[in-house]
Amino acid sequence: MIEEGVVFFASISYIGLLFGVAYIGDRRADEGRSIISNPYIYTLSLAVYCTAWTYYGSVGRAAGSGPGFLPVYIGPTLVATLGWVLLRKIIRISKIHRITSIADFIASRYGKSTVVGGVVTVMAVIGIIPYIALQLKAVSVSFLIVREYPNLVKPGYFTTVPIFHDTSFYAALLLALFAIIFGTRHLEATERHEGLVAAIAFESLVKLIAFTAVGIFVVYSIHDGFADLMTEFRKTPKIQSLLELGHAPGTYADWGISIFLSMLAFLLLPRQFHIAVVENVDEDHLNRAVWLFPLYLLAINIFVLPIAGAGLLRFSGMGIEADTFVLTLPISEKQGIITLLVYIGGMSAATGMVIVETVALSTMISNDLVMPVLLRLPFLRLLHRGELKGLLLFIRRASIILVLLCAYTYFRFIGEFYELVSIGLVSFTAVAQFGPSLIGGIFWKGGNRKGALCGLISGFLIWGYTLVIPSMAQTGLIPEHIITHGPWDIGWLKPYTLFGLTDFNPISHAVFWSLLVNLSAYIGVSLFTRTDTLEHTQATLFVDVFRYSEDTSPLWRGTASVPDLHSLLERFLGSARAEEAFSLYAQRHPDAGHPLEAGDERTADSGLVDYAEKLLAGVIGSASARVMVASVVKEEPLGMAEVMHILDETRQVIAYSRELERTTDELVAANERLKELDRLKDDFISTVTHELRTPLTSVRALAEILHDTPDIDLSQKEEFTEIIIKRRTVSPG
Amino acid sequence: MPETRPKTRRLSALFLLGCLLFNYPILSLFNREIFPFGIPLLYLYLFSVWLLLILLTALGAHSKTSSPPPEISDISRRKRLPKP
Repeated sequence: MIEEGVVFFASISYIGLLFGVAYIGDRRADEGRSIISNPYIYTLSLAVYCTAWTYYGSVGRAAGSGPGFLPVYIGPTLVATLGWVLLRKIIRISKIHRITSIADFIASRYGKSTVVGGVVTVMAVIGIIPYIALQLKAVSVSFLIVREYPNLVKPGYFTTVPIFHDTSFYAALLLALFAIIFGTRHLEATERHEGLVAAIAFESLVKLIAFTAVGIFVVYSIHDGFADLMTEFRKTPKIQSLLELGHAPGTYADWGISIFLSMLAFLLLPRQFHIAVVENVDEDHLNRAVWLFPLYLLAINIFVLPIAGAGLLRFSGMGIEADTFVLTLPISEKQGIITLLVYIGGMSAATGMVIVETVALSTMISNDLVMPVLLRLPFLRLLHRGELKGLLLFIRRASIILVLLCAYTYFRFIGEFYELVSIGLVSFTAVAQFGPSLIGGIFWKGGNRKGALCGLISGFLIWGYTLVIPSMAQTGLIPEHIITHGPWDIGWLKPYTLFGLTDFNPISHAVFWSLLVNLSAYIGVSLFTRTDTLEHTQATLFVDVFRYSEDTSPLWRGTASVPDLHSLLERFLGSARAEEAFSLYAQRHPDAGHPLEAGDERTADSGLVDYAEKLLAGVIGSASARVMVASVVKEEPLGMAEVMHILDETRQVIAYSRELERTTDELVAANERLKELDRLKDDFISTVTHELRTPLTSVRALAEILHDTPDIDLSQKEEFTEIIIKRRTVSPG
Repeated sequence: MPETRPKTRRLSALFLLGCLLFNYPILSLFNREIFPFGIPLLYLYLFSVWLLLILLTALGAHSKTSSPPPEISDISRRKRLPKP
């Protein structure tokens, strides 16, 4: 028997434990002895990919469609093989440009555009809130189920709980508190939160252990091992059909598209981007993470099918939801301890996701949505106010609470209608829209801001039309007529079968159309519109990131007075850190001298301006940082004189290289001549020695004959001596 | 970075191999009602390929590492300042 109090106490203690782990993580970081700086913690924190959807939903999906739950984990496995190529590039770019979120990344790539950053943020928030709601739902439902132990709960029972008796409401509040404490504790030049990462890694460990424990329990305690379970499955036709993929048309297409979708989601979900890129301590951790992370995924998936099948066997005809099998199986066996462990595991899966996702979203909202707008409102005069640190932290904290409240509201009013997996995949499809602009942006210099905007917006609209509108129709918000007959009875506009494409399931259908339009718009518009200078600059810096290290002189030129820059940094970083930053710059550029020491009249060179802008970008995002720096910098748009100067330099370089080429040619020719002379000399010597040696040999031979044969007849002797004396050459032939 | 190229190439090839093995038409060859060792062929196939891919990635990723990245995060890697 588990009392409600026990469950409640267990939940609270677990979250308390998380606070503890995070606190230790932060303290160790302050002391400079990081606990997260190793590939294993990095791998575990990446496993925030596995949410309550994995934990409870995979089994539900497996019970409905067999192997269909696997593509979501195969996708990331495939991306991991590319991790070294793709993720490392993203990480390197983000570190150099001090990028803090995926919205910031895309905005920065397309000319530090505020509009792009804002659009990405809005898309992410709209796309992700249902996904957070899903986690809250899982917490709430699992609590209600465990509370009834040892009785089993039927669906339909969940909707009646008033808000103040709903655990997920309190869970949401606690998680908001956690995210505020460990996600917005201080403003950093890079958004790194060691305590948070430590807690997430811990959660990943808990959920893996709990899920494996229940898997082993189901396979070896309820049944007699895998083989026995499989024999049982094959006896039941309904489960038998789960053991293969089916042969309906479109099956393989759906499968492939799911893999593709989860590949994109793994890279593009704000929380994955945050953990994999922003919180990454060292690029070399990728070396291990790229194979350890897939191993984690493999481990957490092994027991899914056995649990699903065992649940179907046990509960056939009892109306228990397959999404809850992980919990209801141990309950039906009266295993209190395992039930509690599973419940805690489920909580860890849900809370980890909620925490990271809200922190990532709040950074995006504050840096790419709210700050740029506030900075542009003239009557606030923020550009000239003092301390902005407090304001920024306030916006972050407020947006964390706002996001969680929205998610909670969504779950209370709409989320009841869906099974876990479908909501998750809808969110995946939303974030997949970032794919063309992000991945295209780091490999193709031609992509520009207009293209990215058109792609993002068109993809997002199609996503809304093919997935959100039908789901609203299902909940009764708009007439269902629109799904069955299309709007205004236009058949080819039916949201689930746009243009009559019927072979795909709704998700694949939406992925196909939205990404097709997105990618075409991105490429097409980029090719046919003009790109401005800053976009060109950023494109080059992103695509060729391994060629340009940080210290290449910035391609953008501007000057500002040093005190202005310094006070700007002070307002966001505080005076101590601003001071430290300037000293660091002085250390690295010893010839320039300390920028603060030379009195008020110093102007900062473009290197220092660039350095300050990057520091600020780490705090308020690249687009806002640009606005701030522009307010104190007299930006020098490349004037005629500048351009002429650059041209002149280039011309000189070309002239030099021409001269070099000519000299080289001459040298080559001289060398050829020398070789020829050398060969001639050799020939001459060999001829001469040959010409000398032959007569000498014959003279010597004749002399020997004369000497060796004393009784030679006289006429012959005379002939020989005549030959010797007259040196008549005996030609060899 | 000439020394990372073989690694990049190797891992990219692995990605293509994975895409091939996890998709139609190779996948359809294993989508049958056969149960070696009592385990459904499709699952056996998927998990084996998965494991194989992990092993190969491990081999590929641990082949010679590149030179360390240039010193970028001057401020982020340093110890944090004590809070005032």
